[in-house]
Amino acid sequence: MTAPTTPTATHSPLEAGQVLDGFRLEARLHQGGMANLWRVSRVDGTDDGVELLMKVPRIKGGEDPATIVGFEVEQMLMPQLSGPHVPRFIARGDWTRQAFVVMERIPGETLRPRLDDAPLPPEEVADIGARVATALAALHRQHVVHLDIKPSNIMFRPDGIAVLVDFGLSRHEQLPDLLEEEFTLPMGTGPYMSPEQVQFVRSDPRSDLFALGVMLYHLATGERPFGQPDSVRGLRRRLYVEPVPPRAIRPELPPWLQEIILHCLEVKPEKRYQSAAQLALDLREPGGVVLTARAEKLRVSGAMLRLKRWFFALGSEPTPVAPGGEQLARSPIVMAAVEVDRGTPELRAQLCETVRRIVQTEAGARLACVAVMKINRIGIDELTDQHGQSLHVKQLIALKHWAHPISKALNLADGRLTFHVLEAPDVAGALVDFARRNGVDHIVMGARGASTLRRYLGSVSSQVVAESDCTVTVVREPASPQSPG
Amino acid sequence: MRWAFITDIHANRQAFEAVLADARAQGATRFALLGDFVGYGADPGWVAEQVMTMATDGAVAVQGNHDEAVAHGSMPGMHPDARAVVDWTRSQLTEEQLRFLARLPLQAHGEPGQVLFVHANAFDPSGWEYVQGRSEAVKSLHASNARVQVCGHMHEPMLYHLSGTGKAGDFKPLAGVPMPLPGHRQWLVIPGSCGQPRDGNPAACYALLDPAKSDLDDARIAFQRVAYDVEAACAALRATALPPQIVERLTRRLTLGE
Repeated sequence: MTAPTTPTATHSPLEAGQVLDGFRLEARLHQGGMANLWRVSRVDGTDDGVELLMKVPRIKGGEDPATIVGFEVEQMLMPQLSGPHVPRFIARGDWTRQAFVVMERIPGETLRPRLDDAPLPPEEVADIGARVATALAALHRQHVVHLDIKPSNIMFRPDGIAVLVDFGLSRHEQLPDLLEEEFTLPMGTGPYMSPEQVQFVRSDPRSDLFALGVMLYHLATGERPFGQPDSVRGLRRRLYVEPVPPRAIRPELPPWLQEIILHCLEVKPEKRYQSAAQLALDLREPGGVVLTARAEKLRVSGAMLRLKRWFFALGSEPTPVAPGGEQLARSPIVMAAVEVDRGTPELRAQLCETVRRIVQTEAGARLACVAVMKINRIGIDELTDQHGQSLHVKQLIALKHWAHPISKALNLADGRLTFHVLEAPDVAGALVDFARRNGVDHIVMGARGASTLRRYLGSVSSQVVAESDCTVTVVREPASPQSPG
Repeated sequence: MRWAFITDIHANRQAFEAVLADARAQGATRFALLGDFVGYGADPGWVAEQVMTMATDGAVAVQGNHDEAVAHGSMPGMHPDARAVVDWTRSQLTEEQLRFLARLPLQAHGEPGQVLFVHANAFDPSGWEYVQGRSEAVKSLHASNARVQVCGHMHEPMLYHLSGTGKAGDFKPLAGVPMPLPGHRQWLVIPGSCGQPRDGNPAACYALLDPAKSDLDDARIAFQRVAYDVEAACAALRATALPPQIVERLTRRLTLGE
């Protein structure tokens, strides 16, 4: 489908109605500093109802490495990406004639105008954050770090799914980094750039979590945590000056939201969330967020501490990071599904020991302990009363008690161990749903014996194994010698 | 049309057979053999014969420094071990095979103007200087207009690129991951050694290239690793008349990939 067209000189302005490599320019949608966006259609009418967008770089004076290489990167990365969280790549133009990328057009606005409405209600901030974190998790799984996460690069599909756009500064772990040698200044957008990006590190997925933290801070408070620096010196301030805690600006913000935001904004990547999925989990389950000193902070640290940080930031070099994929693989979300009031103590102990071993092997693992309270399909009222409330609390206490050997053996500080009590009529369905929604990598659960009846009726664990998308480990009680098989 | 680039076979029949089988299974129909067919390994005769047959069938073959040394015979200044290997290798080759090695070109072209094949580098092919880093890679890329250069000589897989504005980069490729080679840059591909890998992984190296279908498309390169019967290659070395200390060193190198 490459209809021969008249070569277009790069400097002549494009006009509506013009045809480029089989695409007709319908209307210019946006004129930006780096690129123009056009709505286009295929000349041969094979659009299949998909609206198309053409991105054309603005090449100033013919030689502008920033624009050219950034566009080259985007042309290289976009065909590699898939899934609902990125615009679908359609085609690209030849550089000798006219460089462009044609992609699926995502209708609607970017998140940018919502900044003008900030501060937004905490629930909405968390909802936006969770959707963006889910999109980042999908991108990071494809070995790509975005490195320019900000509201104007985030869009939403009609069903609410977040879509990340503009991969001009991105880094694909498995492809050569064309930008690596290109610039002598840090690359990114000033207010959102992570401390390690300021120090020229381009391979850490946790940089995107920092940028998302900046965005959430802004949406929650209406202010930017690090202002809008316009010099490298200004950028470097974030290595030692911590932002004003969000609750100092808006005291009504819930502690859990401040905990999440400041956790994203940690200077050292290893102190942040270790994966976008782990962040999404907290944003979706605020009740499970473990509150640390971050949540209560109401003013920035004193001058002495700042001076100390400034001193250590002087000439500091970023610690070398493992390749993004490796770091991600070492930071799974493990979900322990525990039946606190059924099954034998032996099975619960076996489950506890198995979970401990699995979590211990991965440095960045996050453990979510989940119990399900089975409720009737109708008549939920029973649980909302005083009795139901106490049942819920009882389950939570039992869950924490079950996990005690794990928390004692492993240092799961900083929100890496959380507890969740779900209420649902269908236990297996609730577990599968929780795992899917929160990007769980590994479910560990017990199987209650092997009675004949269970074999005929099917068990919770076999249903979870059959229906979940992730790895499932089913733990069995050590068989006693005399029991029949 | 899929190309397979195979280099530094070094008379390792087991590695070469495994790579050829893998490349054909991956759909490769065109072959470029980038020199150092002989030297070090136990089966110079078999490998030379195979390369001759493939060349007759249209494969590209260029000369490596080991092929040149074996074709011309040992020199007085040579290290005694090198001389022992060269002399033994010559004893395993027919007149016709030696003639074939001697007459191999130093460089050859794939798609005209698109791909250049040369064993060591493009700036001085007969000087055998190694492309050890970016500066040699840039020198080599500057020496030709080819969009893609493919070199052997270095035994570790590597990918270099050079932009229109003169910025060069390097990338240690991951095995089995296809990568686009955007056309407005020059690329230097070092597939890594088939018969004597030295990056700590004993599996044989080679690379697959899918040329761009049009100017709206990128060529794609994939660096491959193929497990082969290292034990058999070592056993074959032990069965030769090569001096034991040389055999010991070579088998160790094959086993560890170092």
